[in-house]
Amino acid sequence: MSISVNGNAVQVPDDPRVSLLDLLRDGLHLHGTKKGCNQGACGACTVLVDGERMLSCLSLAVQFDGRSITTIEGLGEPGALHPLQQAFVEHDGFQCGYCTPGQICSAVAMVEEVRRGVPSHVTSDLNSNVIDFSHDEMRERMSGNLCRCGAYNGIIDAINETLKEAAE
Amino acid sequence: MIPFSYARASDVQDAIAKGALGGTKFLGGGTNLVDLMRETIERPTGLVDVTGLSSEITETRDGGVMIGAAARNTAVTEHPLIRSRYPALTRAIVAGASAQIRNMATVGGNLMQRTRCTYFYDGEGSHCNKRAPGDGCDALSGFNRSHAILGASDACIAVHPSDMCVALTALDAMVHIEGSDGSRSLPIKDFHRLPGDRPDIETMLQPGDLITAIELPASSIAANSTYRKVRDRASYAFALVSVAAALEIENGNVRDVRIALGGVAHKPWRAERAEAALRGKPAGEAAFLAAAEAELAAARTFEGNAFKVELARRTIVSVLTELSGGAV
Repeated sequence: MSISVNGNAVQVPDDPRVSLLDLLRDGLHLHGTKKGCNQGACGACTVLVDGERMLSCLSLAVQFDGRSITTIEGLGEPGALHPLQQAFVEHDGFQCGYCTPGQICSAVAMVEEVRRGVPSHVTSDLNSNVIDFSHDEMRERMSGNLCRCGAYNGIIDAINETLKEAAE
Repeated sequence: MIPFSYARASDVQDAIAKGALGGTKFLGGGTNLVDLMRETIERPTGLVDVTGLSSEITETRDGGVMIGAAARNTAVTEHPLIRSRYPALTRAIVAGASAQIRNMATVGGNLMQRTRCTYFYDGEGSHCNKRAPGDGCDALSGFNRSHAILGASDACIAVHPSDMCVALTALDAMVHIEGSDGSRSLPIKDFHRLPGDRPDIETMLQPGDLITAIELPASSIAANSTYRKVRDRASYAFALVSVAAALEIENGNVRDVRIALGGVAHKPWRAERAEAALRGKPAGEAAFLAAAEAELAAARTFEGNAFKVELARRTIVSVLTELSGGAV
């Protein structure tokens, strides 16, 4: 029984009460992933599970046996930042920084969802697989990540920047 | 959290066998159950993880769609068959929760969601008949802005939180259930219960029953369906009122119609009176308004939620107008 966390095999905890979030923070000392509300309301604990964004606070670690988790530490490190991490720095995508790891993990998967054609609440044509990265689409798709400092404009700018770079 | 055991079900029979033990609950994405366990409102002694069971979405022989109960909400919403034939269902799912939660939550688990009534969640400070039958209901004279206007009882005025279930109700979905006595199916409009004097019993499931699939019947009306959700903020909030509807017009008259309401009752509310009032009538604002009135005549309001009657009336009329092509 093991979970892959940023490429390393990790033992599934014996106690099924351990959340994925507590395994990451308390068990593996990966403190990038944050505990905001611990009840699925803020998005600060967002991680990637086999590339999909999920909330680690509402997950029992034992459910992830055999699956692959990527945290903010797995996306990039100082000196080798993920393009979106770099864009957050350049566009002031944060103030206090507490929501930032969740915002970045969420946005990385959000971009993939749009490319896959997953519709959102503001998508007008459900039968089209081509979805614009419009301002409204991005705001709706990122609504599960709260930023109490209100750095939303910088966050959207940072995401736009990396999309532009990827398109070039 | 109170200690519990954890096991994965390898197939439906294995799940039924493991779930037969008293105090056991089935675990889907965990987005609601894990939270309630952390608050010790849910206290299972064992969890049987059923996320490994069927999550397939396939066309049935008669042209409907079968959705395995372990299908994630996102998988349903992005499926071409659902988007093209049952747009109300895609619209309803994407109106609910956040992308992270929709990636986790299963269809079966969505049906089993429990109310977000604040008094239900406030285990230490509030009276709640849903948590403890006979305890009383603090919502009756408390903050009841988000509470029910239809089908409530003096024991409970909480509302069902799901968006998906409202669309399923308008689309005549069937819930397939496996239990120790074999398999059976229920129309979704009969799956959830009104509170009566036992608001703690929310569905028709018997202990040990497992939801295995949701079936959408073949339907010509469903292609012209939609879902509208009215809430306090533009995204990531529960409904104050929502409407799922499907409409078919022939020669200017309503040939057939389906309407279900969310945010107004203890269960997804099928508006059969409104539907009956509308069939055969000339499609237009007058008939849409009369249909809404017919349904809402039975509304009973409380200090904080009287606005919901007018809100529901206007939302019903607006959604039907949209589905009629806005030409009326």
